[in-house]
Amino acid sequence: MALIRAEELVKTYRTGEVDVHAVRGVDFAIESKSFVVFVGPSGSGKTTLLNMIGCLDRPTGGKLAVVDTDVGTLDRPAAAEFRGKHIGFVFQDFNLIPVLTVYENIEYPLIMVQDWPEKKRREQVMRLLKAVGMSGQENKRPDQISGGQKQRVAVARALATDAKLVLADEPTANLDHDTAYHIIELMKKMRDEFGTTFVFSTHDPKIMGEAEVTFTLEDGRIQQPSPRPVAIHA
Amino acid sequence: MRNILKIAVRNLARFGRRTLLTSSLITLDIVGVLLFIAVAGSFKTIMIGQFTDSMLGHLEVHRKGYVASIDSLPLNLNMQPTMVGKVEQALKATDAVDAYSERIKLGAMFSNFTETTSIRISGIDPAKEIATVPLLPGRVIGDKRAGALLNPGEILIPELIARGLKVKAGDTVVLVATNRDGSVNGKTFSVAGVMQSASGPGGKDGYISIDDARALLRMKEAEVSEIAIRLKNPAQIEAVYAQLSKELSAIAGAGAGAGAGTGSADKSASAGKGGGSGLEVHTWAALSPFSNIANMIDLLAVFIKIMMVSIVLISVMNVMMMAVYERVREIGTISAIGTPPRRILALFITEGLLLGLGGAALGTLISLAAIYALNIWKITVKFGMQQAIVLSPAVSARDVVIIAALVAVMALLASLQPAWKASRMDPVTALGHV
Repeated sequence: MALIRAEELVKTYRTGEVDVHAVRGVDFAIESKSFVVFVGPSGSGKTTLLNMIGCLDRPTGGKLAVVDTDVGTLDRPAAAEFRGKHIGFVFQDFNLIPVLTVYENIEYPLIMVQDWPEKKRREQVMRLLKAVGMSGQENKRPDQISGGQKQRVAVARALATDAKLVLADEPTANLDHDTAYHIIELMKKMRDEFGTTFVFSTHDPKIMGEAEVTFTLEDGRIQQPSPRPVAIHA
Repeated sequence: MRNILKIAVRNLARFGRRTLLTSSLITLDIVGVLLFIAVAGSFKTIMIGQFTDSMLGHLEVHRKGYVASIDSLPLNLNMQPTMVGKVEQALKATDAVDAYSERIKLGAMFSNFTETTSIRISGIDPAKEIATVPLLPGRVIGDKRAGALLNPGEILIPELIARGLKVKAGDTVVLVATNRDGSVNGKTFSVAGVMQSASGPGGKDGYISIDDARALLRMKEAEVSEIAIRLKNPAQIEAVYAQLSKELSAIAGAGAGAGAGTGSADKSASAGKGGGSGLEVHTWAALSPFSNIANMIDLLAVFIKIMMVSIVLISVMNVMMMAVYERVREIGTISAIGTPPRRILALFITEGLLLGLGGAALGTLISLAAIYALNIWKITVKFGMQQAIVLSPAVSARDVVIIAALVAVMALLASLQPAWKASRMDPVTALGHV
């Protein structure tokens, strides 16, 4: 059973008097525990697609099922609840909460989104800190750590609630190549360790090859699915 | 909730300068309001005390219609002895009453044998009067003589008449008054002292003993024009007023019977002036135009509170709107990771509330310290004929709680709109915000 299934998925925006067809009837399926990338140039519809999968945006046509739920039918509070329960996010700009420490940033969804007891929270945060290689940095604020470290914290935060799916929109765009590679490796390691499905987008050809499944988008359409593209990184 | 509080506190600290400016504004606002309430309240208490403790008493009982005709000091609207007896019974049975004093009020001609002028006279029992209006002896100008304030055959005259007719203590003067039946009677008095007016220059009120007043008016019975009442606690004025009004209205029936038999003049007063058959109670405020000043002070306090409320509302709303605008991406992030809208709402409301309550707490502390300092420095004011009345600024716990609650409610209302906006923000738009 696919974790994500899209059929004739359409997203059209209305900008002033003009209709913008961001996604034009795409079909795809993503299996659980896979490591998937959406690639394509700017404006090809990657972010729109990820937003729809992440229940941040609603499709204007077609069907989209995520974790056996037709997410197109969810209203805003239900979508927020669904995200909090099943989906983790990693953002291009890291988007850590600046007033919270590394520890508190990872702990945030366990308090504000789900209500985990304190002992269980602590165990989870410490486990994730170790898993992403940030042990000993837990009391630092986001402005006291590097971009790569911030993204490690963001990955840990995305995994905090034991999400089934982590969506990462251009997670390496603000990182140098080596750091970007390490983040992708970390995400893959997390997939192996926690069994989480990772779906990310990029237009960086050096990163694309790290994915196990690649969907290439162009003008809102999937051009060709590739089960295993060749990794460019040595 | 603890975590929301923690994040709110850190966000306020993150924009430290702005937080400091806004809380300082609220702090100054609170200090201004509480100091005004304390100082103006003290002035008002002193001012009211000057009237109640040196002239009026806290409450007065009259025959119905007497106050409406008080300019002519109508003798035909005096209370009869049976009526007075019942009023005294009611007053003695009321725990809140500290003292009372019966008075006969009359208008008379005052002569020093070369010049004549009009005068308003209160016939009093000096001991009862001092118990009821304890500041009365303080109004006597010049050297205080030993012994009683006023003996039979003596008169205390107002400063205005003393200066105008060049009369001093020890002089002999004559009072001529028209009795209730229209006949005229005169009596000589020795001047016991000269008195300041309670309300400043212009008063023409003198005092003689109640027995002298009755003799001057050739009263056959121990009639009384008014009964002044002093309460143990002035804060109980309204409650005792309501209680006495109720009790004395019951007495009125019996009293009316006694009053009805006193002659044709009485009857005509009842019929012609619409009163005379019952009793009525008045508070000092209903009898003195200076109650308007007290009301004006209260009104000013209300205006100052409205200004405070507006400042809190505008400043907190301004800061919270800026906070939401500056943190759009952050709101998008917490919304995207699944934070329920109600928690985002609570987060921003908590920030606004903390801003208001922080300012209120600091403002209250500074105000209390300032009030304490003012009491140490002993600020004096001039009121009426009193040259240096020491103000005792004080603010009640009730006022402090009301002001703090007002600030909290205003801060809550002011943060509601920005917090609502934050909680309803579309995560996609917010995350794309530059």
